[in-house]
Formats: sequence, structure tokens, C-alpha cells
Amino acid sequence: MRKIIEFRNVSFRYEDEQPWVLKNLSFEIYENEWIAIIGHNGSGKSTIAKLLNGLLFPQEGEILIDGKQVNQDTIWDIRKDVGMVFQNPDNQFVGTTVQDDVAFGMENRGFPREDMIKRMEETLSAVGMQDYLLTEPHRLSGGQKQRVAIASVLAISPQVLILDEATAMLDPKGRTEIMQTVTDVQSENELSLITITHDLTEVVQADRVIVMNEGEIWREALPREIFSLKDQLREIGLDVPFITVLADELNQLGVPITQEPLNHEELLEELWTLHSKT
Amino acid sequence: MNNSLIIGQYVPGNSIVHRLDPRTKITIIFFFVFIVFFANTLISYGILTIFALTSMITSRVPIRFILKGLTPVWFLIVFTFILHLFVTKEGTLIFHLSIFKFYSGGVIQGLAISVRFFLLILVTSLLTLTTTPIEITDAIEDMLHPLNKIKFPVHELALMMSISLRFIPTLMQETDKISKAQASRGVDFRTGPIKDRAKAVVPLLVPLFVSAFKRAEELAMAMEARGYHGGEGRTKLRELKIGKHDILIYILFAFVIAILFYTRSY
Ligand SMILES: Nc1ncnc2c1ncn2[C@@H]1O[C@H](COP(=O)(O)OP(=O)(O)O)[C@@H](O)[C@H]1O
Ligand SMILES: [Mg+2]
Repeated sequence: MRKIIEFRNVSFRYEDEQPWVLKNLSFEIYENEWIAIIGHNGSGKSTIAKLLNGLLFPQEGEILIDGKQVNQDTIWDIRKDVGMVFQNPDNQFVGTTVQDDVAFGMENRGFPREDMIKRMEETLSAVGMQDYLLTEPHRLSGGQKQRVAIASVLAISPQVLILDEATAMLDPKGRTEIMQTVTDVQSENELSLITITHDLTEVVQADRVIVMNEGEIWREALPREIFSLKDQLREIGLDVPFITVLADELNQLGVPITQEPLNHEELLEELWTLHSKT
Repeated sequence: MNNSLIIGQYVPGNSIVHRLDPRTKITIIFFFVFIVFFANTLISYGILTIFALTSMITSRVPIRFILKGLTPVWFLIVFTFILHLFVTKEGTLIFHLSIFKFYSGGVIQGLAISVRFFLLILVTSLLTLTTTPIEITDAIEDMLHPLNKIKFPVHELALMMSISLRFIPTLMQETDKISKAQASRGVDFRTGPIKDRAKAVVPLLVPLFVSAFKRAEELAMAMEARGYHGGEGRTKLRELKIGKHDILIYILFAFVIAILFYTRSY
């Protein structure tokens, strides 16, 4: 598999004399991989995202995107390869209408007009917003705005898509909407996906999870492995999902649940299997 | 709430006037404002009035929107008319009331000035009634383009205008939200002495400003992340295009000017 992102001993702090926000971080992300980065507030997740996009530069170590080092000279190319969706749906909507917003990134890169229109149709359909071309942002829900933000980023065909807590400000319906969109986009595009969250329920579908704590990688594992570390997760300030807690309690009551359930369906399946055995 | 969020006075439509290139509209209005002051005969006024009224009718903007645009200046029009009646002492005496003497010249000049005012307001409000703010922004950016040569930040100015247009409704929604939140805590913006009301606005403005600054910072970062690096090498989705209607209207307008200068008295 091709390596798309590589962090080599990266350390970062916002100001000299201040404590390091990221401490000697090293990890790799491959082509078409879905990585979830999770960690408590202030653990350095957004800082990682901004380093990936050349919005910040590390004081120590180096960051490679598709073999290119991220620095002042390469940010122009890097930002073509790495697209980013932020947390606040309103504060990243630049255009006066949906179509203007999706065009913004392409305009910046000097796309010819015909290409813009074609890409715009493709990406807005991919996120299910093709009927809103001329709608103004204040007439859209948070979830719809975030879908437009995803379309805007996809329009420039990046190799990496980063969602930095893109669901955090949405209602449950908006969250489901975005998670569904992201899953679709990931399966239909050649794209490495990085979803940043502090909500464990959102890491379930990822191929691999990186857990951040105090600026360091605390654990790198499969979602299921992460879920089984409940007590330790609580110690580093993460909320354990209800289903995990429930499975745990059942175990203590003597119901032999063998596999760590990732969602309601899995637990239900397990309970049925047990029930039919007895 | 949504209706009050429409910025400016744009009345959506698909008339020829709506579809004209915004640059055409701005150019013609610019010259119209200029030549109105050259009219000085009945026919020359007539030709301008016909032009303005025809534009108004073809735009199919409901008359009440146009009247609304005129309301603030009605007073001015009537006032200048009356002023002329009283001070202009030309022509023949037509009416004598104790110390007041009204002359024909006063009536004519008063009427002329009123018609000028009326035409100016009518034509300029037609622009904003049939052109979206963003179209006007695009047109300004395009028309000021030559100023780039003297380092005038044309693109930045246009971007600033379009971002303002983008955020005005958002900030209005937010104002509404904060004022409701404050009202629910007993802050009263609507009654009481002016001084108290002014004081009550402070807890509204402070959070609004704080959030506006936060927005600005995040927006700047999001724009950078999406590859914004100034106007250089940028292409545009929204395209301005001179069509056959534009050329037609220019020719028509040239006729209007020609007739005007032919029929005015020197
Ligand atoms: N612009 C900034 N200037 C100074 N310190 C910052 C800035 N942004 C974030 N930090 C600090 O860096 C640490 C990591 O922040 P961040 O990467 O935003 O964490 P997360 O996204 O995981 O919540 C926090 O302690 C935060 O206070
Ligand atoms: Mg963050």
C-alpha cells in the first residue's frame, strides 16, 4: 500500500516558552485508509489537522504528504492534496450561495469555468445537495452546510479528506447525515479519510484509530480493540458509549459476551445467539 | 423572519431588465444621471421620461416597490417645487395673492426640477430592484479592474463586499437569537427612557462582536485551507456576459441621447 501521510518525530508548540502541544509524534497513513483520531479536548487533534494542511509548521521533525515535505514552498500543492472540513458550519461557508461556495476552492486554483460546473454537479450529487445550487447559507441546516463543505473539498479531488469534528455542532439528525455522507464518499472515491472526533461512537467504521492524550499518541489500534479499553479511556477523559457500558455490565452479571460490540445490532445479535444456545 | 433577511430591495424576476448585464445597467444609469441635467425642453424631458417609464414597465417590478423607493424623496420633490414657486421671478405673473406673486417661470422650473428628481430616483432604484447585490459586486469588480494598475485593491474590495453580503443574514439571525436570550432574562430593549434602552443594547453588542471576531478568524483559516491566495491566477464561476439585449439597449440609449441633444434648446 502507498504511504500518503507520514509524521516523523513531529513536535509543535504555538509559542516559544510554552509547553509542547504535540510531542515527538510519528505515524503513517496509507492510501484509501480511514483513520479516526480521537482524544479529549485540547489533546492536540486540531493541531495535527492544521499541520497536515500547512496552516501550521512543526518546530521539530517533518511531515510528508505523498512524499512531499510540508513547508512554505509546497503548501500550494499540499492544499490541493489535503482538503479539510472544520467544526463550525457557518464559519467556513464563503460563498453567498451553495454554488459559489463549492466553486470557491476551484476558483482559487484557476479551474476553467466549464470544469467548475461539471465538478460542482458531480460533488453536490455525491453529498445529495444537487437541488440547492442557488440556496443561500442561512436557509440551510447545519448538516446541509457541512455536506456543502464536504462537496467543496471534494471538488478539487484531494487525496486526503480531513474532517475536524465536523459533526460536533450538529443535532443527531445532522450527525447521521454527515456520517452517512462520509461513508458513501469514502467508498466511492480513491481517498484517505481522517475523521477527528471526541465521540467514540464515531470511530466504529474507521480502519484504524489513533487515540491522542496530552499531545502524544496514547494508542493506535482497531476500533474494536479501542472499545475494550473502557476504564483506561475514561481515565484519559473520553466518554465510553452506552452500548459498551451495557455489555460490560452484562458480563459482570454473568452473561458471557465474548466480542466487544460496536453498536446496538452487534450486541443484539450476540444476545440472540446466546439465547438460542440456551 | 426569512423575508426580512433579504438584503437590499432586489425583487426576483426574469424580465429583460433583470437579465441585462449589471455592467450595462450601471453604465446606462451613470450616463442617464448625467444627461438628465441637459434636458430643458418639453420634448427632451418627455424622451427621458418615456425611457425611464418603459424600463420600469419592462422590468415588471410591482409598482408598490417602486413607490417605496420614492417615499423618502417625495418630501424633497414637493419642497423644491414649492420653493421654486415662491422664489423664481421669471416669466409672466399668473397669480397674485396679497404679498405673494407666482410667476409662470416658477411653475415651469419647479416642475422641471421635480421631474429630474423623480427620474433619477426611479432609474437608480430600478438598478437595485432588478440586480442582486452580488451581481452589482461582480460588475464593480470588473469595471474597476483598470484601477489594479495603480495598485488599488479591486479584488479585495469585491471579496470584502461579497463576504459582507454572505454574513449579514447570519449576523442578523444571531442578533435575533441573542436579543431573545437577553429578553428572556428580563432585558428590555423596546420600552423605557432612551438611556436605559441604550444600556440594554450593550449586552447584545458585546457577544455579537466577540462572535464576529471568532467567525472572522475561522473563516480566514478555512479560506486559506481551501487554497485562497489573493486574486492572482483566480478564475470565476459567475460570469458577466454582454448579450444581444445589452447591445440593443446601448443602441436605444444612444438614440435617446441623440434626440435629447437635438431637441434641447441652446
Ligand atoms: N492558536 C493557539 N494558540 C495557542 N495555543 C493554542 C492555539 N490553539 C490551540 N492551542 C492549545 O493547544 C492545545 C491543543 O489544541 P487543539 O489542537 O485545538 O486540541 P483539540 O483539537 O484536540 O481539542 C490546547 O492546549 C490549546 O489550548
Ligand atoms: Mg479541535
